Amino acid sequence: METKENKKQNFFLKTIPYFDKYGILLLLFLMITVLHFLQPEVFLSWRNVTNIFKQISWQSMLALGVFIVIVTAGIDLSVGSIMMLSLMVLAITSKAGAAWYIVIITPIIIGALCGMVNGLGITILRMPHPFIMTLGTLYIFRGTGNLISGGVPISGFTEEVRLLGNGRIDLTWLGLEESQYLPVSVVLIAVVFFLMWAFLNHTRTGKWIYAIGGNPNAARAAGINVNRILVIVYSLCGLLAGFGALILAGRADSGYPNAGLNAELDAIAACIIGGASFFGGRGTVLGVFVGVMIMGILRNGLNLMDVSSFWQQVLIGAIIVIAVYIDVLRKDLGTRH
Amino acid sequence: MPYSNKIILEAKGVSKYFGTITALEDVNLTIKEGECLGVVGDNGAGKSTFMKVLSGLYKPSKGALYFNGNRVVLESPRDSQNLGLEMVYQDLALAGNLPIGENIFLGREPTKKLGFLKLLDYKKIKEMSEAHLDKLKIHVKSADQKVEELSGGQRQAIAIARATAFNSKLVIMDEPTAALAIKEVGKVLDLINSLKKMGVSVIIISHRMDDIFAVCDRVMALFQGTNFAESELSKTSRDEVIGWIMGKK
Repeated sequence: METKENKKQNFFLKTIPYFDKYGILLLLFLMITVLHFLQPEVFLSWRNVTNIFKQISWQSMLALGVFIVIVTAGIDLSVGSIMMLSLMVLAITSKAGAAWYIVIITPIIIGALCGMVNGLGITILRMPHPFIMTLGTLYIFRGTGNLISGGVPISGFTEEVRLLGNGRIDLTWLGLEESQYLPVSVVLIAVVFFLMWAFLNHTRTGKWIYAIGGNPNAARAAGINVNRILVIVYSLCGLLAGFGALILAGRADSGYPNAGLNAELDAIAACIIGGASFFGGRGTVLGVFVGVMIMGILRNGLNLMDVSSFWQQVLIGAIIVIAVYIDVLRKDLGTRH
Repeated sequence: MPYSNKIILEAKGVSKYFGTITALEDVNLTIKEGECLGVVGDNGAGKSTFMKVLSGLYKPSKGALYFNGNRVVLESPRDSQNLGLEMVYQDLALAGNLPIGENIFLGREPTKKLGFLKLLDYKKIKEMSEAHLDKLKIHVKSADQKVEELSGGQRQAIAIARATAFNSKLVIMDEPTAALAIKEVGKVLDLINSLKKMGVSVIIISHRMDDIFAVCDRVMALFQGTNFAESELSKTSRDEVIGWIMGKK
């Protein structure tokens, strides 16, 4: 017969995987509920919700890119700089009078190329850790961005270029008011996150990315070309940072030298809050989305309540530490030694 | 234990040099279909180097390999896998964060087509791995269980299952019981016996005389990179084999 203690332990063992997967969603709902009660008029209003999505739009692209890198047990510190360099190239191409489709495609290509530089540096130059390679390129890419732009903002883009970051989808045909539009960036976030989910969970390359994070030697022994996959992963991360630049160009209507400064740290924080593990091989696309949302909602909610931005820093830091401590506890409980 | 007389793998005059160091000098080996060969030797005798030559990880400096009577040149472990020659590494080479089934098929996942896309066929992975585990009488709760949740013996069993999932003809195991608890050793040895019954040849590198004498048909000893002695298991004794390891005949 099962003892009470045994039953309790079984219950924990059975619920841990669910808690592991969806626990962070609970935190998000809790935050939304609390903020709704604190700011019943404003917080869940159409205007404020779309605002939150617009604010997290480019950050979510960086976070998703950093996430796939973290899954391989790597790190990319250069995403903020990649975004800034891509944005500056976009601004210069636009200023030079290039057609809008060329202006749109350049930041994405530049982003992917920068990411490829990271990937090739880590694999071919055999840098001891991705931290070092991407720390180097953090400076190199931002410096390059300032060199080509002269370190001054370049403003004024065409409507087509600004569509992704600033476009609105009219919903009046649904009987909604004109102010209740859907930002194009929301649709973009949904599409990009869905594609990334499908890629990571339903293709062989996606599976191999997780395998490399779990045990690179196992991946090698299974005949997987680990270096090739890593170059793909860092290039994809750069490509997403290029997407971030395109969105930011639409929102800010300007390429400016401080774009994406410290954004890599926000991106890493969102991944960690969302349950990605620095040990690699763990984490979900949904988790990253929730991580980005938690940071966005926290900032938005505290702004609404007029809390000082210094407190925001303290709270975000605290959430990171707690989230990682949960990861440590989970590792203790989930594995046998 | 009965096995056929068909030679599946033969190594003739294999030497391997690393710079000025001679790791192997003129080593020969034959193994027949369904046979289990134990390879013993002291540390540095060249066992692991020799196995890496057989699995295609190292290219021999001299000598040749014959598979089913045909000369083969192995450029990489993938080449040897394609011939049906698999290696179970000492560090197991499993990804703990992935489920059992995905580990068994890692790098060779079955896919289904959706338009021009090739998507992973999870249903097939689960069905095929459960059927394969059943065939080897490996009992786990489910093929969806993550490898990091398994015990050392279960992991070793999964590593062996992985090596035999693609109609392999010969499995090379490097110290398959070294890291296991005593009661798990028996299960792994049973598993090796059931492989032999299925006609799979097995080469075991081991320090443990108990293992060698429990499953092997023949034992060969390497000493300082050369063939030192070899015998049918029934015609030798533990003390004699231990003597070979120390270089005494």
